Amino acid sequence: MDYSRQIFILSLFFLPLTAVAQTTTVNSENWITSPGIIGTLVLVFIVIFIAVLIFMARLNSYVKLLKHRQIEKKNLAFNEELLALQEEDIDIILQQRKSGLKYRLKGTELGSDQGAVDEKGLIGRVTHEPENPLFDEKKKTPLGIETPDALKKIVTYYLGASVFWLVFGTLVGQYVGMKFLWPEMDHFSWLSFGRLRPVHTNAVFWGWASLAMIGLGYFVIARTSNAKIHSYGSAWWTWRLINLAVLLGTLSLMSGINNGGGEYREYTWPVMLLFAIGLVITFWNFYKTIASRKIADIYVSNWYMLAALIWTTVLAIIGYMPFFSDGLGETVIQGYYMHQGVGMWFMTFTLGLIYYYLPSSLNKPIYSYSLGVLAFWTQMLFYTMIGTHHFVFSPLPWWLQTTAIVFSAGMFIPVVAGTTNFLMTMRGSWSHISKSYVLPFFLVGVIFYFVGSTQGSVQAFRFTNYVWHFTDFNVAHSHMTMYGIITFILWACIYTILPKLTGKEPPQVLVGAHFWMAFIGLFAYMVSLMVGGTYKGLSWIEGNAFLNSVILMKPYWLWRAIGGSLMFTSHLVFAYNFYIMVNKRKSVEPMRVSQVGQVNN
Amino acid sequence: MFDFHKNHKVLVIAALVGFVTLSFIVAVFPAYQMQDVQPLPQQPAMTENEREGLNIYIREGCVSCHTQQVRNIEMDNMWGDRPSIPSDYYYSKERMGVWRQSPSLLGSERTGPDLTNIGKRQPSIDWHLLHLYNPRSVVGQSIMPSYPWLFEIMDSNAVTGDEKVVNLPDAFAPPPGKIVIAKEEALQLVAYLQSLQQTSLPDGREEKFIPALESKQMSDTPEGNDTNSLNGENLYLQTCAVCHQDNGKGVAGAFPPLAGSEIVNDKDPELMIKIILQGYDARSEFATMQAFADQLSDAEIAAIATHERTSWGNTGSKVTEEDVRKIREYINKDLNP
Repeated sequence: MDYSRQIFILSLFFLPLTAVAQTTTVNSENWITSPGIIGTLVLVFIVIFIAVLIFMARLNSYVKLLKHRQIEKKNLAFNEELLALQEEDIDIILQQRKSGLKYRLKGTELGSDQGAVDEKGLIGRVTHEPENPLFDEKKKTPLGIETPDALKKIVTYYLGASVFWLVFGTLVGQYVGMKFLWPEMDHFSWLSFGRLRPVHTNAVFWGWASLAMIGLGYFVIARTSNAKIHSYGSAWWTWRLINLAVLLGTLSLMSGINNGGGEYREYTWPVMLLFAIGLVITFWNFYKTIASRKIADIYVSNWYMLAALIWTTVLAIIGYMPFFSDGLGETVIQGYYMHQGVGMWFMTFTLGLIYYYLPSSLNKPIYSYSLGVLAFWTQMLFYTMIGTHHFVFSPLPWWLQTTAIVFSAGMFIPVVAGTTNFLMTMRGSWSHISKSYVLPFFLVGVIFYFVGSTQGSVQAFRFTNYVWHFTDFNVAHSHMTMYGIITFILWACIYTILPKLTGKEPPQVLVGAHFWMAFIGLFAYMVSLMVGGTYKGLSWIEGNAFLNSVILMKPYWLWRAIGGSLMFTSHLVFAYNFYIMVNKRKSVEPMRVSQVGQVNN
Repeated sequence: MFDFHKNHKVLVIAALVGFVTLSFIVAVFPAYQMQDVQPLPQQPAMTENEREGLNIYIREGCVSCHTQQVRNIEMDNMWGDRPSIPSDYYYSKERMGVWRQSPSLLGSERTGPDLTNIGKRQPSIDWHLLHLYNPRSVVGQSIMPSYPWLFEIMDSNAVTGDEKVVNLPDAFAPPPGKIVIAKEEALQLVAYLQSLQQTSLPDGREEKFIPALESKQMSDTPEGNDTNSLNGENLYLQTCAVCHQDNGKGVAGAFPPLAGSEIVNDKDPELMIKIILQGYDARSEFATMQAFADQLSDAEIAAIATHERTSWGNTGSKVTEEDVRKIREYINKDLNP
């Protein structure tokens, strides 16, 4: 048994070779797919690509030249204006300049010899026990950012609704997970496994993550553009539309009306239309706000968020169009849709959020703007192409599967670029992690960004897919990414910004409890399903009866349920923390806007 | 011109055009091409009843645990005779009306078995009804949900005789005086499941699976075709245990026990092998057994029969491949003289 398993594992490494050997027949029909031809085409493509690059660079410099000439013209006009100035006007200007040069500081602007008195109430809390070994005192959030009340309200309401869907969605998830162990828990059609599973995934996707992202995005867009939100009213419309979509979607799924069972596409088109309209409105609102920005550059966060909104709108349209979705066309679109839903919406938007909230919470600039831009374009190029890796060895065209696998490997580029950027931003501030309750969330999110995405790329390879596809390993992967990356980053952003907006901080012990329960829970969840999933795949390969693979999973499903319970409990704690942060009563009065600059690092 | 970081219009247009172009290459065009598919010559169209069953299959979210694709790799050989091809889905993956799209039947997770060929593997309507009413009444370790809302419990007096009665084993039966009958929905769903059968390719063409265990096969003994190399217990669990149960005790009222059975313990295995090859419907108190002549090779039947005759306290002799071959020839001669 062990011996044969070893042989199997060895043979696994040679599988790609045998797979190629099995499928490539030397005849004239397949000439286009032969490695030599593909290699040549790729090389030619590289040449064309570089040629296009050079052409564009030339074009760009020509346009710049034209602009330059215009500026020269303006300068000339300005010079002539100077020459035409009257004597008296020149005198006034010179007088002003002279008095400016003579100005001297008095020496009392910043301090004096008086004794220390906290006249303005700067000190918020006094502790007599600064070295508590269990609950290290974390640094307080530098409170207060001047924000219009209307914007504060929007951010708070978006986050509030998202917290509701998080608790609801994961409650359903937890219940569904327990059904693996106790399939006879209930006998109501509305609560059966097949109907609740999409309720869970869609509620956390479109309810929790989407609403939280848009809410956090509104703050970023106003802040980085140094402008007012274009229309507060349309922000409220999106809020209503998305909540309505998730509510109607949940009810229709539970009553048995779904779009055909394609993952994350279970809402029927009228329901998803509400969501899509919400997206378009949000896009327009973001776009107009950025257009009215008071600074020349568009901050890289806004690239990601604008793109996520456009891409997801396109995605929803392609995903729901009827013209090309009969037969296996539906399967092609399904692979494309479910992967891009994650990649172009959640991942892209969340990356945009990290680019603002991570440096902001560290109070330093992002390590490299250019790496962010590189990651942006490669995200678009590589992520878009990899949907079919959910259908490796399926009856879909072999070339499409191969494309998906190749580009999955290409995903290393944006992932490494992004991770490097975030880690280098954190570099030199590691000591902050032990002093902050926000940074651990960021760190876990960033690490999972690397680990989860890379693992996903590796899983797409034919030989790993061979073992893991169709097993619970997929479920582990999706939680590693949607939870480990997206959800942890969203929490980090919420804990970064909400205290600043409302002036109220959550109890640090409870933030710690939230973090550790969520993290340990996720770990138990992930590892148990990965191990179990691998054994399941091996059991299938050895040709054992199918039922054996169900029986062997039982202990792993138990551990999954335990991990899931921890995760769910942490969400309850998070919901309580959220309540503390937004609760209207007992506001911390002394700390106000003017002190922001004085809180040291 | 390409000053993305200063010009929001150019940035948005570039991101839009880039994404739409890539999406057309990788999704829209391939999907559009896949519309151009014909059904196989012998592939039966779906009946109205089966289509209703498919609707229930989608409504209850069966696709979240059951796949319907036989991949072109060795381990999927147990789910079908050949890898699935686009034509297989010609009838089942049509758009489901104005509100709902084509059903996502291929699936992404195999928490339960693949159903591509379930109609051939498990043609018995009684088995399916028992299994839908409560999967654990036939497969003790199953974790599939029960679907009691597809059934009705009524007074046994009220039965007119037109209804399809489900005969449950005692542990799962309703209280005395009550009886479980299948609603139309359950029958439609079963009709759909029964219709799931792979159509064989015209001109006897065979699609190959990519083998996985070449090294393992080479390490086998030279007489690899011997019955000994087939694991009778494994084959029994795959093929027979859903009805006769892994302990051989069957399900009272539905599937007869093999442990202690006269036919199984008979010195001469002829009748037993005939039943496996041809099926059996001689006893009205049990459900009909299907024929396995097309699904199992002589060697496999020999391995299974040997396992059945020597397990659970049974005392029959071993069965060889040769025995099965003779009986199969005899039957074939009988049928086509």
